[in-house]
Amino acid sequence: MWDSQTIMMIVEGTGVTLYMTLVSTLIAYLLGLPIGILLVVTAPGGLKPVKLLYKILDVVVNIVRSIPFLILLMLIIPFTRFIVGKSYGATATIVPLALAAAPFVARLVESSLLEVDHGVIEAAQSMGAGLGTIIWKVLLAEARVSLIVGGTISLGTILGYSAMAGVVGGGGLGDIAIRYGYYRYQGDIMIVTVILLVVLVQVLQMIGTRLSKKLDRRITG
Amino acid sequence: METVIQIQNVTKTFVGKDNRVEALKGINLEIHKGEIYGIIGMSGAGKSTLVRCLNFLERPTSGTVLIEGKDLSTMSDGELRSTRTQIAMIFQHFNLLMQRTVIDNICFPLEITKVPRKDALARARELLEIVGLSEKELAYPAQLSGGQKQRVAIARALATNPKILLCDEATSALDPKTTRAILGLLKEINEKYGITIVIITHEMAVVQEICSHVAIIDEGVLAETGTVTEVFQRPKSRAAKKLVFQGEGEQHLEMKGKRCIRIVFTSNSSFEPVIANMVLTCKMPVNILLADTRDIGGVAHGQMILQLPEDHKTAESMIEYLKTRKLEVEELDNYVG
Repeated sequence: MWDSQTIMMIVEGTGVTLYMTLVSTLIAYLLGLPIGILLVVTAPGGLKPVKLLYKILDVVVNIVRSIPFLILLMLIIPFTRFIVGKSYGATATIVPLALAAAPFVARLVESSLLEVDHGVIEAAQSMGAGLGTIIWKVLLAEARVSLIVGGTISLGTILGYSAMAGVVGGGGLGDIAIRYGYYRYQGDIMIVTVILLVVLVQVLQMIGTRLSKKLDRRITG
Repeated sequence: METVIQIQNVTKTFVGKDNRVEALKGINLEIHKGEIYGIIGMSGAGKSTLVRCLNFLERPTSGTVLIEGKDLSTMSDGELRSTRTQIAMIFQHFNLLMQRTVIDNICFPLEITKVPRKDALARARELLEIVGLSEKELAYPAQLSGGQKQRVAIARALATNPKILLCDEATSALDPKTTRAILGLLKEINEKYGITIVIITHEMAVVQEICSHVAIIDEGVLAETGTVTEVFQRPKSRAAKKLVFQGEGEQHLEMKGKRCIRIVFTSNSSFEPVIANMVLTCKMPVNILLADTRDIGGVAHGQMILQLPEDHKTAESMIEYLKTRKLEVEELDNYVG
């Protein structure tokens, strides 16, 4: 029952899932990181409070976060087609994935940056540091461990979402699980893909945890 | 002497959702070059707000702050930032960058002023030498003790050769021995480099140890200013008295007990410093309102009038004690001294 074709399909599916996850996470961070920083900086009592901008970002982030991914996926099909040229396939799935994850990432970044001790920021201000220096060398640098933990959480979450892409023929392990495991009652393939998804999340989590531990200087010894 | 810091009618009001807090209510103060100026007050008196007005971490609601004659409020953001490089600050909780090594922490202000990396490292090593932490160059703050962290913070503060050093409760998180060592270092820095130091504290001992001048702040107002000797020897304001006597308990300030007794020393009385012993035994002070005793042949003769503590039990045990020492004890109603 396990011919080379099936095995090839599963190997390819794993690759496609990784591709979608990594690229989506990257784009989600390109969008979410600046938004997260802006949320912290422009918030009331922040480094440079801009009430209107903060309110707009806050509301937009909440709106996008509250739309279920499956609905968002279909809702933005015209936009996806405009960007990628087609509305199905792995690359087309990256658009809704990144868009859905960006506000989630923004909130993670926001909470990481808010953890930075206010006293350290004050110390930097007392030395005459400008906004850019404080963001780059104090906020992001001091929060780096928390940011990496957040990045790991994002990867896991986006990987989970990518399985839903099967619904629009997005490819990847989730797609295989649905097509073979669910529609064709091939339970063994379903189980294998699920195990692979679990392993992928485990590996990403492990890499993230190790990296964050390695970079953390707050631990003595 | 040259005035370095001039504070004129500074007020600061924090407006909350449904309350207003007037942290500073019109502060006037002049600090001269090379002074170690203590600003002391109880918590909530406004001292931390005041020190933050000196580098505009807090903008005063009204009034002016002049640093070397220049008004901070008229400066552009850029000018203010460059002035801040001349006003260093150290904090109660050190506020070091936890993800940077000791040497990189000291280099941080030099990165801000765009000093080339090589020069910055050289300067940082020189400073580590001054604060006595050369061997900790590559350690991270988490690996240091509180005293060592404050030394790193001091080195970092000195990196840009500032003219003023603000210390916000810099020794409050340290034990007494480390406190003395850090204060000693600050004094050394003041003498060697002529840096004007402003010390915010709630401990009179800190002021006594190193300050030349002191201002006492109480509920947002300066209650008293002067040299440390002046204020110590003759505290005029209530707040000053409270702080000067803070280590000795407040009974000394206001005797609340109304109960007065007269004791009479006769030749039957035992030979001992009886009042002192009574105070030591009962662990409460008494007020001597009148004493008229004479030493006749090694035995005290005469009388004394004492005001006893408010606590009834203690007063009773004092009377009991005096009676066992064969003194005549007489209670006085409404004694007017």
